[in-house]
Amino acid sequence: MTDMTTNTDPLVEMRDIHISFGGVKAVDGVSIDLYPGEVVGVLGHNGAGKSTLIKILSGAYQADSGQIIVDGKEAKIENARDARDNNIETIYQNLALADNLDAAQNLFLGREIIDKLGFLDDAAMEHKAREVLHRLNPNFKKFTSPVSALSGGQRQSVAIARALLFEARVLIMDEPCAALGVHETKMVGELIDQLKRDGLGILLISHDLHDVFDLSDRLHVMKNGKLVGSVRTKDVTHDDVLGMIILGKMPEHLLHLAGPGATNRPVTSKASDITTPDKTGTDQPHPAPLTPNETSETPR
Amino acid sequence: MSRLLTKMEVDRRLVGLAVVLLIIWVGFDIASGGRFITPRNIFNLSVQTASVAVMACGMVLIIVTRHIDLSVGAILGVLAMIMGVVQTDVLPQFLDYNHPLTWILTLLVGIVLGAAIGGLQGLAVGYLGVPAFIVTLGGLLVWRGSAWWVTQGRTVAPLDHNFILLGGGIEGTIGATWSWIVALIAILAIIYAAIMERRRRLSFEFPVKPVWAEYTNTIIKGGLVLAAIATLNAYHLPTRAAERLLENKGIPVTPENLEISHGIPIPLLIVALVAIILTIVVKRTRFGRYVFAIGGNPQAAELAGINVKRMTVAVFALMGVLCAISAAISSARLQSAGNDLGTLDELRVIAAVVIGGTSLAGGVGTIYGALIGALVMQSLQSGMALLGVDTSLQSIVIGLVLVLAVFSDKYFHRRYSDPTA
Repeated sequence: MTDMTTNTDPLVEMRDIHISFGGVKAVDGVSIDLYPGEVVGVLGHNGAGKSTLIKILSGAYQADSGQIIVDGKEAKIENARDARDNNIETIYQNLALADNLDAAQNLFLGREIIDKLGFLDDAAMEHKAREVLHRLNPNFKKFTSPVSALSGGQRQSVAIARALLFEARVLIMDEPCAALGVHETKMVGELIDQLKRDGLGILLISHDLHDVFDLSDRLHVMKNGKLVGSVRTKDVTHDDVLGMIILGKMPEHLLHLAGPGATNRPVTSKASDITTPDKTGTDQPHPAPLTPNETSETPR
Repeated sequence: MSRLLTKMEVDRRLVGLAVVLLIIWVGFDIASGGRFITPRNIFNLSVQTASVAVMACGMVLIIVTRHIDLSVGAILGVLAMIMGVVQTDVLPQFLDYNHPLTWILTLLVGIVLGAAIGGLQGLAVGYLGVPAFIVTLGGLLVWRGSAWWVTQGRTVAPLDHNFILLGGGIEGTIGATWSWIVALIAILAIIYAAIMERRRRLSFEFPVKPVWAEYTNTIIKGGLVLAAIATLNAYHLPTRAAERLLENKGIPVTPENLEISHGIPIPLLIVALVAIILTIVVKRTRFGRYVFAIGGNPQAAELAGINVKRMTVAVFALMGVLCAISAAISSARLQSAGNDLGTLDELRVIAAVVIGGTSLAGGVGTIYGALIGALVMQSLQSGMALLGVDTSLQSIVIGLVLVLAVFSDKYFHRRYSDPTA
């Protein structure tokens, strides 16, 4: 893949994931991966299956078939707690915070620091909260107000800080910039850059190309439950990606990277193709056993 | 003024409530020609408020978690009946008449049953997903009906001698000396808490209030405690009761000896204990934190690993326990248990909680607010009774006050809670 990550193993891989709801295949044989220090966008229309795919990773849904591999080992993720145990944290757009609690109380919700007598140690929590939030956002001042009094960007900082406190290595952000102003979007962008430098892997879910294009190193594009393709952001233009999202068409010069969902996927690239489609040209030492791609195409 | 309050970190809503209470008290005092703010009336007010105040503390948690409990009055009724039967019919078969264990065992039975009844309703709300409004509306009918069934409608009396002390009355107080001791403990606790809090914040180099604000806060709190205790101690026993008490103890009856103070009534002590424990639970324990988190955002709470269903059961069970305590207080005060005891108490309790600033939308509320709310309600009722206002007119006024209280709270909250402040 990119030069800097050539020799590292992926943080997370989802391989050949299938899930259907009442006969409708919501996710149909999709494989994606994420490396440390990398921001990957998962794009697609509403109903493309991107949220479903990500909810499988965050433990909200369970896949009908397929594997999730964390740090090279297969992981069983059956609920949100399992995901957290694998250092995978999800930041839901509006679900993450209790509005009536302050920043520190939200950060430690479900994992409060208690003192010797078993009482909440609010001062210690506030101390830690100040530390973490200061690192993310030096301008953050309102530690004692309920988070309902915070701006969208500040709330997003609190949600991210919460994930960091739990030592997340994989951060899933669902529509991180929805409902944010220009300035706040910029702030979240800076946050993401910083987390990237710290070596986290970040998955950005969005149906809006503009939100994620500048932030992402790679993009996985989905349509109708299938992967259209995975591309490096610097190899494509906005229009290329829009074509992938709307038409399910890979850009001509990247056709060899097309996934099973690409409508213009060349027939020749099926089994004999050197670059396995869903691995998106990553320089994996052993690509062959990792990608049983044909299985996704045989009707089941 | 507003900046001053911010500096002192005083809850504005609390100040508003205190002002309202003061206006009511002074107003009634003037209208009744100085009969309202008297040691005797304040003593009675505190005893009359106790039962509703105890339940209001639990109702705060219920409403904060976005639920409601319409059954508290009925639960109070059925528990009072059962406790009445336990102490007059069941326990005397094993223990002597007025045995010192009777009241404790009776109260224990009430508390366990209260927890069971509350927990049952909590199960229906949390696990079966039936709205609390419906579950407890059904509960209101079920438990009120059950209260009748306990004795086929017969009123239980007389109650155990020691049990009756829980309701206040002439002997149900702790006297002047103990009252002063309680005051001393309370003041020391206030000072200790302020010092510890400040030291803790300084150790993390957090901003602290200015020293003068700490002193002012502590002096005001301590002063209120002293004033309250002094008032309660200034209310003396009626001469005849004092004479009887002195004769029983074999002390010569002289004019000085006859001046026996009531001191703190036991029900008020119970209210204080319940309120302090619940305030600690709310502010300093995971349980309390989760109650508020659930009220603020149930999904976030669930995602944070909080077992929302189990918490719902626990909160309703706690409400049931407090109903048992209130049942003891109100049946002890009347020295009998009738099956209509606690009728309409659910509305008084909810009104008190709402006047005290708890939001029906959930997530916001304080125990002390509910206490003051209960006091406001009771003051209005007692004051109007003192002035000889019709009961029907009393209801009308209290109903209007409830609506006005919620409106003004919304209005002032919108106006003065500037999120950027």
